Amino acid sequence: MLIKSLVAVFLAAILTENYVLCKFLGICPFLGVSKKLNTAFGMSVAVTFVMVLATAVTFPIYTYVLVPAGIEYLQTVLFILIIAGLVQLVEIILKKYIPSLYKSLGIYLPLITTNCAVLGVTMLVLQKVDSTTLYDYTYLHALINAFGAGIGFMVAMVMFAGVRGRLESADIPKSLKGLPITLVSAALTALSFLGFAGVVDKLIPLS
Amino acid sequence: MAKHGYLKEFTKGIVKENPVLCLVLGTCPTLAVTTSASNAIGMGVAATAVLICSNAVISALRKVIPDKVRIPAYITIIAGFVTIVQMLVKAFAPAINDSLGIFLPLIVVNCIILGRAEMFAGKNPVLPSILDGLGMGVGFTAALLCMGIIRELLGSGSVFGVQLLPFKILIFILPPGGFFVFGMLIMLANKLNTRAGREVKTTPCDGCPMAANCSQKAEKCGEKEAAEHVD
Repeated sequence: MLIKSLVAVFLAAILTENYVLCKFLGICPFLGVSKKLNTAFGMSVAVTFVMVLATAVTFPIYTYVLVPAGIEYLQTVLFILIIAGLVQLVEIILKKYIPSLYKSLGIYLPLITTNCAVLGVTMLVLQKVDSTTLYDYTYLHALINAFGAGIGFMVAMVMFAGVRGRLESADIPKSLKGLPITLVSAALTALSFLGFAGVVDKLIPLS
Repeated sequence: MAKHGYLKEFTKGIVKENPVLCLVLGTCPTLAVTTSASNAIGMGVAATAVLICSNAVISALRKVIPDKVRIPAYITIIAGFVTIVQMLVKAFAPAINDSLGIFLPLIVVNCIILGRAEMFAGKNPVLPSILDGLGMGVGFTAALLCMGIIRELLGSGSVFGVQLLPFKILIFILPPGGFFVFGMLIMLANKLNTRAGREVKTTPCDGCPMAANCSQKAEKCGEKEAAEHVD
């Protein structure tokens, strides 16, 4: 049951609840950094890493500090500061100890602080704890959800980088050039993700 | 600064430097909450309130905040005001709180607000900063309302809940419709800007709050043809 629910959470985070294409979180990097495949991939790895790390820190702080103390309203301030601090910390550690990784991921890190997908993942998971009734939504589920969200971000980014690669050589009307055609192709990519609706419930029945 | 100077601070955000359609900032809420016109207004007003307050405070503190920690300081100030707005909305407009959901606290990472703090409020006196915040907020709300009306009309056949069309094209209130309508609006804005002889902003880093510490700048902003921006 536990494994089954974990797989369901993971798949749902990638396909049916894709943070970029279904929930509109992290649109800016999705449009901005998806021009080349390798930058899209690097950005997604960095985002996944920070998402898991941020959830790992914010989830226990919320459950064991904010809720018992009755100060849930501090959530927004605290979470954004934790994420900003974590990103800085990761940047410093990578720079000092793993310079090769810093070279490939470091340039994306400052951009992640204000990425709403990271803050969104840490906040939305807390709502799920209350709304999931079929099984207990534990810390492990929250971590898997964050990991799945990151992988979902990666799937969307890499797919979209492929689409944009094809756009480069296409003959586009003058007024559609640049952002408008990118958004129209994002619409078509999002359309393909609509097809996944309900697929996880059917594949892994939990009740 | 002369009187018309103040007026200019206010009006530039509405048309010429519209944060959504010309600077392409704050795309996430623009796409996510515009499924109906009333949601769009709620989001716009909430963001405007935060924008005015944070601009005022940041500009008042601009000489106190050390340059090196300004971004964390700005984020803390903004987060404080977002929490206040969140509590007010929860108390007085619970329906809007439910429909905006996660996007209400996410105003904190809306790059329009951090962008104006970095570009304007951190360098200018309090009164122009308030006017700048008001103008940008009104521009944001107007763009959101525009998208909200189009998507609600086509997607559910109504505007502000009043049924106008006998049919509905559901896709327009789903995510793909959001991307599509936004793309079309930007196309329109680009076209109008070109016709008016204004240069279409192609280097998005002009409005991007993270431009100063964005190491991709050289690689990305050298490319002229694509209007894109990194959050």
